[in-house]
Amino acid sequence: MSLDHILTPRAYLTVFFMLLVLTAVTVYVAFIDFGAWSTPVAMAIAIIKATLVLLYFMHLRYSDGLTWLVIVSSFIMLVALVLITLGDVFTRTMTTAPPALGM
Amino acid sequence: MTTDSAEPKYPEHTYLNDGYSLKSWLLTKDHKRIGILYLISITFFFALGGLFALLIRLELLTPQGDLMQSDTYNKMFTMHGIVMIFFFLVPSIPAVFGNFLVPIMIGARDLAFPRLNLASWYMYMAGAVFALYAIVSGGVDTGWTFYTPYSTAHADSHVISTAVGILIMGFSSIFTGLNFIVTIHRMRAPGMTWFRLPLFIWAHYATSLIMILGTPVLGITIALVGVERALGLGIFDPANGGDPLLFQHLFWFYSHPAVYIMILPAMGVISEVITCFARKVIFGYGFIATSSMLIAILGFFVWGHHMYVSSQSEYAGLIFSALSFLVAIPSAIKVFNWTATLYKGSITFEAPMLYVFGFIGVFTIGGLTGLFLAALGMDRHVHDTYFVVAHFHYIMVGGALMAYLAAMHFWWPKMTGKRYPEGLAMVGAIAVFVGFNMTFFPQFILGYLGMPRHYHEYVPEFQFLHIMSTAGASVLGVGYLIPGVCFLWSLIHGRNAGPNPWEAKGLEWTIPSPPPTHNFEEIPVVTEEPYQYTSEASSVRHS
Amino acid sequence: MSDTLNGQSRLAHHFVDLQQQKSAATLGMWLFLATEVLFFGGLFVAYTLYKLKYYEAFVAGSHELSITLGCVNTAILITSSLTMALGVYGAQTGRKAFACNSLLATLALAGAFLVVKYFEWSAKFEHHLVPGPDFQFDVTHAAAVVANPELLRIEHVKMFFILYYIMTGLHGIHVVAGIGVIAWLYTQARKGVYSAEYYTPVELVGLYWHFVDIVWIFLFPLLYLLGRH
Ligand SMILES: [Cu+2]
Repeated sequence: MSLDHILTPRAYLTVFFMLLVLTAVTVYVAFIDFGAWSTPVAMAIAIIKATLVLLYFMHLRYSDGLTWLVIVSSFIMLVALVLITLGDVFTRTMTTAPPALGM
Repeated sequence: MTTDSAEPKYPEHTYLNDGYSLKSWLLTKDHKRIGILYLISITFFFALGGLFALLIRLELLTPQGDLMQSDTYNKMFTMHGIVMIFFFLVPSIPAVFGNFLVPIMIGARDLAFPRLNLASWYMYMAGAVFALYAIVSGGVDTGWTFYTPYSTAHADSHVISTAVGILIMGFSSIFTGLNFIVTIHRMRAPGMTWFRLPLFIWAHYATSLIMILGTPVLGITIALVGVERALGLGIFDPANGGDPLLFQHLFWFYSHPAVYIMILPAMGVISEVITCFARKVIFGYGFIATSSMLIAILGFFVWGHHMYVSSQSEYAGLIFSALSFLVAIPSAIKVFNWTATLYKGSITFEAPMLYVFGFIGVFTIGGLTGLFLAALGMDRHVHDTYFVVAHFHYIMVGGALMAYLAAMHFWWPKMTGKRYPEGLAMVGAIAVFVGFNMTFFPQFILGYLGMPRHYHEYVPEFQFLHIMSTAGASVLGVGYLIPGVCFLWSLIHGRNAGPNPWEAKGLEWTIPSPPPTHNFEEIPVVTEEPYQYTSEASSVRHS
Repeated sequence: MSDTLNGQSRLAHHFVDLQQQKSAATLGMWLFLATEVLFFGGLFVAYTLYKLKYYEAFVAGSHELSITLGCVNTAILITSSLTMALGVYGAQTGRKAFACNSLLATLALAGAFLVVKYFEWSAKFEHHLVPGPDFQFDVTHAAAVVANPELLRIEHVKMFFILYYIMTGLHGIHVVAGIGVIAWLYTQARKGVYSAEYYTPVELVGLYWHFVDIVWIFLFPLLYLLGRH
C-alpha cells in the first residue's frame, strides 16, 4: 500500500557522511577569523546540515507541498520574531530629540 | 412554542445516551462529549472569573478602598484576567463548539486524533488545577501579563503554580489547534471543497494557526518566568544584563494574536447565524474566508502596540502602529459583508440573532477604539487607563462572549435535542446588551478623563461613572443568568428540536439532534455551495 | 493490503482508509514539530539578543565549554539520526531484526549523549560555572581570549551560562522523552507490530528524533564555537 519513497541505506550513509564532514567544517571555520561574519557562516553551515536532515532523513524531499508549508512557515515566524525583536532593541537609542519649543 | 401537534420525535440513539456511566464520559473519545466536558468546565471558570469581576465592581463603587486592601485588589483583577482569558475565552468557542461542530460541518465522524482531543481536555483540567491551587492558597497579583521583573523578583504571591497552570493549559490549546488543522485538511467529506467550507470552519482554521504558531512562544516565556523564580536563572533579570522588554516582546508575540484566538471563532459564529436568520446567502463568502486568514497572519506582526510607552524604540513603535492600522482592514471587511448580508434579507429576531446584532455594534466600537490605541500619540494619553480596559472588554466581552452566547442559543437544540424558551432568551439577550454597554461605555469616558487601571481608590470626581458601571454590571450579571435558566429549563421541559429547528443550511442540520455517536450513518457527499438560503420565510420556524 | 494484525483493526473508525489515517498522522507530527520550532524559538531570540549585546562575555563563556565533548556529542546525535533512519527503513522494508537493532543502537547512542552531557555539566558545577550565588568566573584569565577585554562583565558571562543550561537542558529533556518513545517503539517492534504495510509510529518517532538532532545542530556552533580564532 505504501506510496512512500523508500531511500536506500546507501543514501542515508551518504547523507550521514556529509553531516559529519560539515560538522568538521563548522569546527574548522570557527578557528578562522571572519570578523562579523563568523556567526552567519556558522549558521549557514548549520542550515545546510538541518536541510540535509530534513530533506533525506525526514523525507521532506518526497513530501507534499503542505508539509513544506508547515515547516517553512514555522521557520519564517521564528525569523520574524527574532528580527522584529532585535529591530526594537538596536534602534532604541537612535532616538531623535524633539525640536525645542520656541517660547 | 404553542403548537405541540407537530413536535418532532426524539432520536433513539444519540451520543448522549450512548452510556451513562461517569467512565463513559471521562474516557470518551467522542468529540461531541469532549465538547460537553469543556462546556461544563469553562462554565465553571466563567462563573469564577465573574465572581472576581463582581468583587472588583463592588470595590469600585466608592472612591475609598473599603471592601479590600490594595494587595487583595491586585489579586482580584489578576485572577479575573487569568481565569477569564486563559481558562474561559481562549478555549470557549473552539473547545466547545469547534470540538462539537468541526467534524460534523465537514462531514467527518470525529476529529483526526480523538485520543489527543481527550488528552487536551485533561491538560486543560490539569492546568486548571494548578491555577485553582494558586487561587485558593492566596492568589497571584502580577496582572495577567506577568510583567518582569515584578513577577520574577518582587511579587510575593503564587506565580510559579499559576505559570505552570498556564503552560499546561497552553499545550491543551496547541493540541486542539493541531487537531483542527489536520482534521480540516485530511477529513473533509467528498465534495467538501475548501470554498464550500462553512465560514465557521475557516475561522477555526485561522484560529488554529495562531494556536500552534503563537502558543508555544507563550509556553516557553511563562516557563522562563517560572525558571527565573524557582532556580534563579534570571534570563530577564537586569542584574545579569537581562532585558525586561524581551519578556514583553515574547509575551505579546502570543498575547496579541491571542485576541484573535478569542475573536476569530466568534466571527465564524456570526457568519453562520447571520446568514441563517437573514435567510440569505452570505455576502462576500470569499472575502470573509480570506479576511480570517489575513487577520491570523497580520495579527502576528502588531504585538508592539502594547509597548509604546515601555521604552520600546520609536521606530519599532511606528512600524507596529502602521501594521496595527492595517489589521483593522480585514476586520472591517467582515463587518461590511455581514451588513450587506442583512440587506434585503427576511430578517427575524430570535435570540441568537439578537446576540449577533449586539456583537456587530459592540465589536465595531471595540475595533474603532482599538485604532485610537494603535495611534502612537493617542496611546500615550490613554495607555493603562480605563480606556484600554473598556476597549478590550468591548472586544472580548461584547465581542467574543456575545458570539459565544449566540452559538449557545443557535446550536443548543443541536447539542441537546431540546428547544429553549425563545421569549425569555430574547429578554436575556437584551439584558446582556444593555448591561454590557452600561458597564463598559462609562469606562471609555473614565479612561479618557485619566482614571488609571489597576487602582482600587480614585478621586471622587470619577464616582458617578463608576457607579454607572457597577449598576450596568449588575444588569449584565442578571443577563448572564437568564440563558442559564433557559438552558436548564429546556433540558426538562423543552420541546424536541428535531434535526433542523432553524431550517438552517449546513451538514450539522442534516443529522438528528442530538447527533448519533458516529455523526453520519454514511459519509455525506457534498454537492451544494454553502448557505443556499432562500428568502421564503418558513412557518415552522415561527411556531 | 492487510488492515488487520492479530485480528485487530489498524483502521480507526473515523477514517475512510489507512492512507487517510497515515496522512493525518504525518501532518499532525509535522505540525507538532512546527510548534516545537517556536517553543525553542523563544530561547533563540534571547540568545541572539544577548549574544549581540554582550559578545565579549559570550566568547569568554564559550571558551569554558569543551569543543571535544561538543564534537563527540554532535557526532553521537548525527549517528543516532542515521540509525533511526535505518530503523524506519527496516520497518518500511519489513526487515524486523534490522529495524529492532537500529532502534536499539539509537537508544544506546541517545544514552551515550546524555552520559557525555552529564560529565560536561558536572565539570561546570565543579568549576562554579553555575549561575547563582556560587558563580565564579576569572575575568582576568578570560581577558586573554576576547578582543575587547574592557567590555567583559562577569554578570554577562553568567547570562551566557544561564542560556547554556536552559537551552541544553530543554534539549536534554527532549532527548529523554525521545528515549522513552524509542524504547516503546522497540518493544512494539520486537512484538512484530510493524510491517511494510504499517509502520507509521516508527516514521513519526523518527521525525521527532531527527528534529531533536536538528536543534542540536544549531546549539553546537552557537554555544561551543564562539570567537575561537
Ligand atoms: Cu494587541
